[in-house]
Amino acid sequence: MPLVKQGRLTTDLFVHVADGAELPGDGAVLVTAERFLADPEALLRRAGKVGVIWPNNRNLDDLVPHLDRLASVALVFPTFRDGRAYSQARLLRERYGYDGELRATGQILRDQFVFMTRAGFDAFEVKKDADADAFAQTVKRYSVFYQPTGDGRVTALNRRMQLRHSESAGQ
Amino acid sequence: MYAYDELDRTLINERVSEFRDQVKRRLSGELTEDEFKILRLQNGVYLQLHAYMFRVAIPYGTLSSKQLRRLAHVARRYDRGYGHFTTRQNIQFNWIKLAELPDALADLAEVGIHAMQTSGNNMRNVTSDQWAGVAPGEIEDPRIWSEIIRQHTTLHPEFSFLPRKFKIAITAAEHDRAAIKIHDIGLRLHKNADGETGFEVLVGGGLGRTPFIAKTIKPFVSGRDILGYIEAILRVYNQYGRRDNIYKARIKILVHELGIEKFAKEVDEEWKAMGDVGLTLDHTAIEEVRSRFSYPAYEKLPHMPDELKQAAHDKLFERWRKNSVSAHKVQGYSIVTLSLKPVGGPPGDATAEQMDAVADLADKYSFGEIRVGHEQNLALPHVAKRDLPALFKALDRLGLATPNVNLVTDIIACPGLDYCSLANARSIPIAQELTRRFANHDTADLIGRLHINISGCINACGHHHVGHIGILGVEKNGEEFYQITIGGRADENAQLGTLIGPAVPYAEVADVIEDIVEAYLALRDRPEELFVDTVKRLGVEPIRERVYATR
Repeated sequence: MPLVKQGRLTTDLFVHVADGAELPGDGAVLVTAERFLADPEALLRRAGKVGVIWPNNRNLDDLVPHLDRLASVALVFPTFRDGRAYSQARLLRERYGYDGELRATGQILRDQFVFMTRAGFDAFEVKKDADADAFAQTVKRYSVFYQPTGDGRVTALNRRMQLRHSESAGQ
Repeated sequence: MYAYDELDRTLINERVSEFRDQVKRRLSGELTEDEFKILRLQNGVYLQLHAYMFRVAIPYGTLSSKQLRRLAHVARRYDRGYGHFTTRQNIQFNWIKLAELPDALADLAEVGIHAMQTSGNNMRNVTSDQWAGVAPGEIEDPRIWSEIIRQHTTLHPEFSFLPRKFKIAITAAEHDRAAIKIHDIGLRLHKNADGETGFEVLVGGGLGRTPFIAKTIKPFVSGRDILGYIEAILRVYNQYGRRDNIYKARIKILVHELGIEKFAKEVDEEWKAMGDVGLTLDHTAIEEVRSRFSYPAYEKLPHMPDELKQAAHDKLFERWRKNSVSAHKVQGYSIVTLSLKPVGGPPGDATAEQMDAVADLADKYSFGEIRVGHEQNLALPHVAKRDLPALFKALDRLGLATPNVNLVTDIIACPGLDYCSLANARSIPIAQELTRRFANHDTADLIGRLHINISGCINACGHHHVGHIGILGVEKNGEEFYQITIGGRADENAQLGTLIGPAVPYAEVADVIEDIVEAYLALRDRPEELFVDTVKRLGVEPIRERVYATR
């Protein structure tokens, strides 16, 4: 599955390790929340980065204490109509200050890229090659945003107020 | 009127080009129907029995004459020459071709109209009082707040894939014309003891198969905090609203299952934890939005102009004036409701010719402005009283002066089995038959205010639960049957109706309704006692006895 990161198609350095499967000796791994929480210290001690796949129906409280030692948090869209992970993403970025990789997994289509970027995702396991190829142009599709989110884009309302301010300053 | 600026225009054009790409990908097979379905629903496109149906937003029910002409153009160019105004200040076109939809949207975008979030599991078109800004005694124009919320909810990056649809309505008047108590969030603008403007926030209202009247979650949230508070409600709902069962996914079920106290506590905790995330609306921000609204330059006019005195002997004019003309906050002006409920016609439909003509009349008599109400009628909000006689003549020629506003033939109905793939039974022919039964305007006047609401299935698009008389189509052994409730209402005293007896077959519905009305006329204690008040005073039983005694 193609991975888009920082706006580009990239080789995925993380290996998805299923529950019960043996961990590779080194290298970056993505494990489930259950496996991670069973023994976080052991996982974090090993050579290689650790990322956690966090289900969208689980409260973030158990994840928060480990955030600064995780290399990736992968949130899940079981279908693209299930939008719970958007809230989780914003909370991780905006409330808990998580600044590592935030990965979108599951049914990811190009039609969600703008929403996801605005919610704080910066890595995308994209379902279709054509969508992954279209990433760069799709995220530029919108230039006007009505809501403030942690992505720092200036909202339409603030742009208007800035404009008004500079107009009145220029008079 | 709210005037779009460059930013608003840019955004809807960007949305049109995105949708054009989505349609292209569907037509090429790159998107499956399953994938495309969610995307088209985000833009108001349903697949109905015969064709695609296209629902266009009329935010808080305000239209300019230019916009209405463009809706007429869409009806003519892309549809079959008419449109259907809905109970949520939208207009629907029933015969659109998928390949032509992007062009229709582009035509609408040129006049600042869009179809964003008119369906799908997102925040729907924000609705308000169709008399906003002109009703006497209003706290302030609720459209300022409606527009602030419209912008905030448009393409929201966190809440565009909610468990289920989410509807917000706002009122600022004593009498609630926006039906806020049957919305997911209802906002009642009022001032607190310190004179500060804010909202009573209600949550968890909705109809469908499990109807609930909204409950107050917070008696006062100041205007500056309202976006943050709404965001907190939505975040709790997005995370905890049920997604396992489409019929239990609305926020009303979450509120019901948790109880309003626990739900309110969750929201409060989220609201507090949120802190300052740029959602606080300071004075400058509110004034920025307010400044984009323009108001007519009213003249100083007499309360009772000569034209009105002279027309007073014209019985037809007087009947219409008493029925369809309402008080305006500015002396010498009136609000005029245009009935889209002609005898024998489908409720809420308007032809392209009618839309064009109403646009012309709005230019001539109403500062170019038209309103759309949830009762599926139109209104001209700023008519000088001296112009009323001339306006009446013009409307009468167009078939838009039926003097039945708020009367028994002013029926709310969903499209029903004639169009809708969800329906179990027909709605429109029932409405048409009832308008013929009560076609005599003297009889309708004698009956007084009486709202009949008809839904063709349990999804309740015709708001049958809150009709003074509610009619719900169901299917029994392959035949259309109708359950009838009485005593519902959608206003500030909103209440669900009570079932009056066993369901009746299609052919008997109009007879039963006539009998119910006759029972009311016999039982009311004076002519001024409205149907719904008689039901409240006596309960359902005495009416049931009379109606079902011979059945």
